[in-house]
Amino acid sequence: MGTEELTGAEITIRCLQEEGIDYIFGYPGGAVLFIYDELFKQNKVKHILVRHEQAALHAADGYARSSNKVGVALVTSGPGVTNSVTGIATAYMDSIPMVIISGQVPTYAIGLDAFQEVDTVGITRPCVKHNFLVKNITELAITIKKAFYISSTGRPGPVLVDIPKDVSQEKTKFYYPSSVSMRSYNPTSKENPGQLKKAIQLILGSKRPMIYTGGGVILSNATKQLTNLVQMLNFPCTNTLMGLGGYPATNKQFVGMLGMHGTYEANMAMQHCDVLIAIGARFDDRVIGNPKHFYNKERKIIHIDIDPSSISKRVKVDVPIVGSVSDVLNELIKLLKASKEKTERAAIKSWWAQIDQWRKRDCLKYDRRSAIIKPQMVVEKLYKITKGNAFITSDVGQHQMWAAQFYKFDKPRRWINSGGLGTMGFGLPAAIGVQFANPKGAVACITGEASIQMCIQELSTCKQYNLPLKIVNLNNRYMGMVRQWQEFFHGNRYAESYVDALPDFVKLAESYGHVGMKIEQPNDIEDALKEAFKLKNRLVFMDFITDQTENVFPMIPGGKGLSEMILV
Amino acid sequence: MENEAGALSRVAGLFSARGYNIESLIVAPTEDPTLSRMTLVTVGSDDVVEQIIKQLNKLIDVVKIIDLSDGDHIECELMLVKVRAIGKDRKKIKGTADIFCGRIVDVTGKSYTIELTGTCSKLDAFLDTIERNTILETVRTGASGIGRGERILKV
Repeated sequence: MGTEELTGAEITIRCLQEEGIDYIFGYPGGAVLFIYDELFKQNKVKHILVRHEQAALHAADGYARSSNKVGVALVTSGPGVTNSVTGIATAYMDSIPMVIISGQVPTYAIGLDAFQEVDTVGITRPCVKHNFLVKNITELAITIKKAFYISSTGRPGPVLVDIPKDVSQEKTKFYYPSSVSMRSYNPTSKENPGQLKKAIQLILGSKRPMIYTGGGVILSNATKQLTNLVQMLNFPCTNTLMGLGGYPATNKQFVGMLGMHGTYEANMAMQHCDVLIAIGARFDDRVIGNPKHFYNKERKIIHIDIDPSSISKRVKVDVPIVGSVSDVLNELIKLLKASKEKTERAAIKSWWAQIDQWRKRDCLKYDRRSAIIKPQMVVEKLYKITKGNAFITSDVGQHQMWAAQFYKFDKPRRWINSGGLGTMGFGLPAAIGVQFANPKGAVACITGEASIQMCIQELSTCKQYNLPLKIVNLNNRYMGMVRQWQEFFHGNRYAESYVDALPDFVKLAESYGHVGMKIEQPNDIEDALKEAFKLKNRLVFMDFITDQTENVFPMIPGGKGLSEMILV
Repeated sequence: MENEAGALSRVAGLFSARGYNIESLIVAPTEDPTLSRMTLVTVGSDDVVEQIIKQLNKLIDVVKIIDLSDGDHIECELMLVKVRAIGKDRKKIKGTADIFCGRIVDVTGKSYTIELTGTCSKLDAFLDTIERNTILETVRTGASGIGRGERILKV
């Protein structure tokens, strides 16, 4: 590095260049003007202008989820930060590596209720992995280095760096360290060999095993190891909503997603197994239902996770293994290959027979001959037309569940949705990030007419950058999931109905310069999708008018256990 | 913890966000000016305390944690208590303070301010011993703790 004196703004951009950042998603404002100035003077780091800071965060998030890189967002102080909080919390709940650079009022104005001032560090503290306020120009470069290090190591998460405007103008010698070490943060840990041995013993002795995997497998880039392990053992494998794509869904050992809207066979197997191997998953309430009902004295649980605080947090486990999923799986595979013992082949054959019995329930069936469009059919046709290879982002609600149930993900980092926070409005801006990370990929956003309106202004961003996204709007003229709960548990007392206030989505898309289609007949679904994907250079908004009465099945009602599913 | 601005807020925020209870909290820099030491008293089942320790370890500013109640340790708290002391009562109150090894650090014609150090239960016992209605004001620091013998918390 040189001994040149640079301003804080120049240093910020140089740090991003050193980190190899291609794109940052942002929205300008007073506190970040100097940083924007430096951004425009170079073209290594490309800035993507959104239309609302929430979208900048979701776009950086979608970029990170679909590419294994750190997503970067740039926002201004005050309202810029408060608009970003939803996006930051979304990334935090799903453990996504992101660095957020926010402008702040000058250091001499902090705490004096200045124009566009908020306590950024205070407001974001509960929803970031860590945050920094840079009060001194000499700390700026090392802080940005630390931010990237913290966000991308251990259990990933968003890290915010708050840069006061005067710091961005001051000068100092620029030096970017090649590495950084922090005595208070040491994410690498060696797996306990004793625990690994115990796990192997349990695995080899199990008669009704189950492998339950989540987002941690994808974040650890461990899909190859997981596939090896599952197939070596011939055990059934299920994914959580966040783990879809971690194991090929079209493989016969995949029993479907589990949880509140998981398949019958996955939930029954999870409930009745005798050895549960949990990999990169956290026993979330959407997955296990009522913890008392889930508890089974006879069942032994092995839990592999990089975060010790996730282990035995909701469910007590028998063999905790703290470590990176890919490292631990490598070790397990090595130990299994070296072991002279085999699995309980006969017992496992009977277990598979039981699972196949459960599969016969055909829990995802729906009326394929309906004269009204069934949302499940749209997802199935989308899967067919894209040959299962597209990047699918989604919003939140019934459409999200049908997307997860009916689009079979064989590869990781293709299914991009807000699982932990469940943020409506995530789908479209995330798709923007996904398209930038995968310029040659087909990107579709499966959404509902309620969710898509939360960040609808991003249709303008798509036009500016000519992003050929395909928006699959499952329009049932209701907030579907809310309506389903009101139907099941609140005596059909449907609260807000907004059907008379919905826009004409075709006209709306066209007003932004895109192609709009309205599809009302089941026979037109496939042709519409084919036509949309043929248009390689246009965003196509497809408004599918779907059956309002359709509900997501199976469903585990609140407070109920895994085997207490409501079935279709 | 790293002696950085905001470290205390992070710990307090963690407890409030996760619904854990802080009975008392005391923090100050150590002999190493880049490090500060916090002693925190909380109540919970073994499982809850285990989670608390794991969550605290996740905080980037936290360098090292031990659970002092896991083994032999010394617990020490300081209290300043101002009591009404008039006429015959003055001798009685001074007597009680002596029994508890307290020092009288301030005197007026009508009051004493007594400084007392010791375990939390010793301080509680003192307050129970003197007449409740003579207590004008109490200030407690909260417990600080250190392991016994060779049990050392060092970075």
